Amino acid sequence: MGKVIGGLTTSHIPAVGNAMANKLEQDPYWKRFFDGYKPVISWLEKEKPDVVIVVYNDHGLNFFLDTVPTFAIGCADSYANDDEGWGIPTPASFKGDAQLSWHLSESLIEQGFDMTMCQEMKVDHGCVVPMNLMFRHLPEWPCKIIPLAVNTVQHPMPSAKRCYDLGKALRVAIESYPEDTKVAIFGTGGMSHQLQGERAGIIDVEFDLECMHNIVNDPDKMTALTNTNIMERGGTEGIEVIMWMVMRGAIAPNVNLLHKHYHAPISNTGAGVLLMTDATD
Amino acid sequence: MVWKKHDYDNLPGTVVFDGECTHTSYNLNKMAFSFNSPENRAEFADDMDAYCRKFELTDDQRVAVLDGDFPALLRLGGNIYYLAKIAVFHGMTMQDAGAAFQNITTEQFKQKLADNAAGFQQHLEKRGGYWNG
Repeated sequence: MGKVIGGLTTSHIPAVGNAMANKLEQDPYWKRFFDGYKPVISWLEKEKPDVVIVVYNDHGLNFFLDTVPTFAIGCADSYANDDEGWGIPTPASFKGDAQLSWHLSESLIEQGFDMTMCQEMKVDHGCVVPMNLMFRHLPEWPCKIIPLAVNTVQHPMPSAKRCYDLGKALRVAIESYPEDTKVAIFGTGGMSHQLQGERAGIIDVEFDLECMHNIVNDPDKMTALTNTNIMERGGTEGIEVIMWMVMRGAIAPNVNLLHKHYHAPISNTGAGVLLMTDATD
Repeated sequence: MVWKKHDYDNLPGTVVFDGECTHTSYNLNKMAFSFNSPENRAEFADDMDAYCRKFELTDDQRVAVLDGDFPALLRLGGNIYYLAKIAVFHGMTMQDAGAAFQNITTEQFKQKLADNAAGFQQHLEKRGGYWNG
């Protein structure tokens, strides 16, 4: 059967991609940030997920504003990155798992989550940066991916509660898959940041740490926040933290927290890493 | 016909990219989306004014694109992720744009980020418990 082996959260900002491309991991600005990923990389090496579901938002590569799905899931055998407007090199394409994707789509729609199913889906830095953060030291991608895109670009956007409930439904879907498959969930994006307007440059450390605490210990406090509440403290682009709630919903109510890291500023953001599994006691 | 009011309308110094915003700036963002293609980028670089007209930008939008006036582009409905694709042509990063929105230098903007995050390790200590690093 399918099994959720754990979930993690990570930043996905392009500046992190540039830092990796330029091998700046030991640079004083970046070192503490990248050191925060070492335990997660070790965990992934040990647990070896067969499939990673990457929950991210598209920033104008696959989806334009002509059609904005609230929740979209890749249902293909492979996914490629592409030129996002600045012509930087793209990494090797990712293998997909179409059978699992279609099973998840069926189950999610049965459970009331009307997914948009994508048989072609370019994955942008929102998906690629997390994959590089975890696996760039390997000669090839060690697992398949299923991209799950959440609209965090154009309002109205789904609420933190809706994302959390999607995660719960995702777990039900994974656990009803007939083949033995180890699945890890990456919730990407965040944390507090605002790229635009006179208020650009928001970083609210206390809000970020509250979010991290509540996501681990008290997700209902996160789901009580409206998107306006989140934007007010965490900035308009800080809304990306709702995607962490998809991951959180897919893990048991009580978790073992295996790793927790925070650093700021990274580019324009606060950057948080969490790694959690179902509680065993 | 009326645009509905929202509880986020009065967030200070903030544009919330919603239906009203995206509706009024569709062509501008569509042009920016076209820059994913290197051929289109070359065509735009060759004659920016003509390319803006091809996408039927308003005069205000076209002038703001040509001037690299990001506060104006934002006011005219540009989405920040799409404006990033325009910023490249003006040799600007998102941090340069972030500074332009509030009429400060990029160095001042970076300092603002650093100041906002200053002391975060004390926050971690205060919260206690396990933190890596």
